[in-house]
Amino acid sequence: MSTFDTIPQTRKEALIEILLRLGDDRLIHGHRLSEWAGHGPELEEDLALANVALDMIGHASSLYAYAAELDGKEDEDYYAYFRDDIDFKNIAMVELPRGDFAFTMARQFLFSAFSYFLYDKLIKTVDDEQFNGMLQKHFKEIKYHLRHSREWVFRLGDGTDESHKRTQDAFDEIWMYTGEMFDMDEADKAAIKHNLFVDVTSFKDEWKNLVNETLEEATLSVPDYDQYMFSGSRQGRHTEHLGPLLAQMQFLRRSHPDAEWK
Amino acid sequence: MSDDTKNTEWPLWEVFYQPKDGKPFEHAGSVHAPDAEMALQNARDTYARRNEGIALWIVPSDQIIASTPEDVGPFFDPANDKPYRHPQFYSVPRAVKKRK
Amino acid sequence: MDTQKQLDEFQQRIDNGEKIEPKDWMPERYRKQLIRIMSQHAHSEIVGMLPESNWITRAPSLKRKMVLLAKVQDEAGHGLYLYSGTETLGVERRELVEDYIYGNAKYSSIFNYPTLTYADICVIGWLVDGAAIVNQTMLAKSSYGPYARANIRICKEESFHKKQGYEMLAKMTSGTPEQKRMAQDAVNRWWWPTLMMFGPHDTDSPNSAELIKWGVKTKTNDELRQSFVDRMVMEAEAIDVTLPDPDMKYNEKTGHWEFGEIPWDEFWSVVKGDGPMNRERIKARRKAYEEGEWVREAAMQYARKKKLKEGKAS
Repeated sequence: MSTFDTIPQTRKEALIEILLRLGDDRLIHGHRLSEWAGHGPELEEDLALANVALDMIGHASSLYAYAAELDGKEDEDYYAYFRDDIDFKNIAMVELPRGDFAFTMARQFLFSAFSYFLYDKLIKTVDDEQFNGMLQKHFKEIKYHLRHSREWVFRLGDGTDESHKRTQDAFDEIWMYTGEMFDMDEADKAAIKHNLFVDVTSFKDEWKNLVNETLEEATLSVPDYDQYMFSGSRQGRHTEHLGPLLAQMQFLRRSHPDAEWK
Repeated sequence: MSDDTKNTEWPLWEVFYQPKDGKPFEHAGSVHAPDAEMALQNARDTYARRNEGIALWIVPSDQIIASTPEDVGPFFDPANDKPYRHPQFYSVPRAVKKRK
Repeated sequence: MDTQKQLDEFQQRIDNGEKIEPKDWMPERYRKQLIRIMSQHAHSEIVGMLPESNWITRAPSLKRKMVLLAKVQDEAGHGLYLYSGTETLGVERRELVEDYIYGNAKYSSIFNYPTLTYADICVIGWLVDGAAIVNQTMLAKSSYGPYARANIRICKEESFHKKQGYEMLAKMTSGTPEQKRMAQDAVNRWWWPTLMMFGPHDTDSPNSAELIKWGVKTKTNDELRQSFVDRMVMEAEAIDVTLPDPDMKYNEKTGHWEFGEIPWDEFWSVVKGDGPMNRERIKARRKAYEEGEWVREAAMQYARKKKLKEGKAS
């Protein structure tokens, strides 16, 4: 697939585009979470973070595998290892560096809440058996990610002065990257026409309500929804953080492209 | 559980899981967690990574009341001479056995 | 003080193959030894996450990335089971952890070596986990119930750890010239440190006899090492990789492979803290522990507040 503002022309192209958008969000987010392995704040949480990372990378892998099948690529690894920064379609929020535990949980919560509503709607809409099957399976795990991260937001927000401050700072810092979740472009519209995607703005209020409720209970203040929002990542215009991430992720595979690594 | 505000060690919980529908719960191990909700999540993340169970119980470890080694005699030995509590004590006509 | 009668009865229970449970009477020294070896085992699992997690973000396929992450996660789980087992002896996890990140408590020296290429990940799975399985299979029969049970669970989970490493290493040794080179280089670097994992020779291992007498261990360091070498020689041959020991030869009489002298000077120096990665490993664990403090504290504070609120409401 091409980058930037190319509009998918066929149903198949529209489907591939959606699979990659969902897959890229999950791979990159999973990558950031996997950086916690061995460094978590407590052993039990090390296990929990690895579970979420494994779920997300697993989701990406199956979405990519389906895209590869449709797209005539060898396998799922093509999308992870052989595309450049401008080909990746993930939102910028998930590529931001891991940060501290408050940042990790704030991001997880915002993204899982978004995924929860998105998947809930997609499952009722997506007119493709294989894709829909995946969504249903992943949805179960997303519910857990939401529960886990939300419970942590309560504890960190309403814990100690230090945890409160760190968590408030995290939400404030991430906030300008939340707008992208609800951006719609021509590719989304093309997919909607084929019943392969939904209008993400349709559940923005539900998402806001959950975020407001949660932050309020966590004694945190909700940042301004109308502030400047970063945008363009879905079309390949990322932050500077994606490049180094990909350099690390891809270097070995690209150094020995003809070798067997599976 | 300690109320010492300096102590940041999370309390210990015992985890029990039900391996299959209808089966009794088994002890899996323990986890540390600050409260019941997190204990449940930690139990899930630690002891249900390989589909080990379909349901979990968690109990604060200090709430478990256990028999002591001194109880071994009075508690358990008397049962040794009551074979009539076990099905093997009774003989069943052969024809009935076969039909199983 | 433990009386001779108590000690004799205890020894009788061990000799009968009975398991010792947390509330049972046990010699103070048995308790101390168990705390020492169980917590060392736990620390090893946790420090062992570091050399491997070093490659999660660079793993060369999505499949291998997930395998590695799942494996590193298992190590956290194993550390957790072992700390829980140790806690039944009346110590807190926190004390145990602080004993090695700030004190002198030891962990397996094997993790004080660096993982330089991805082949190291395969070789750790094959050799290091292979050696760990030999050890843990024995420990699954340990006389202390909670330790035995933790090891049973660990062995069950760990069977895939060795397999995935051996499988991928086999692919590398039959792969491109670069892959072969990486694989052989990794075997060369890890072979001797792996043999050291079984500990010093029986003659230099002061704790061994006592641990065997008490059924904590059932085999000596040298016995375990020998059975490991015998198996690895065959497995190395099967995937066409050379073990870096020119003195290795088969003894027809004993049916065992005899191997060259282990570099014990290096072993003792790494044990004492002077290995290539000792300082970094401890630094990384300290950092995680200290940076986690505010998180652990926040969660406890939240739980206290909630309890207080519930108390007021009722």
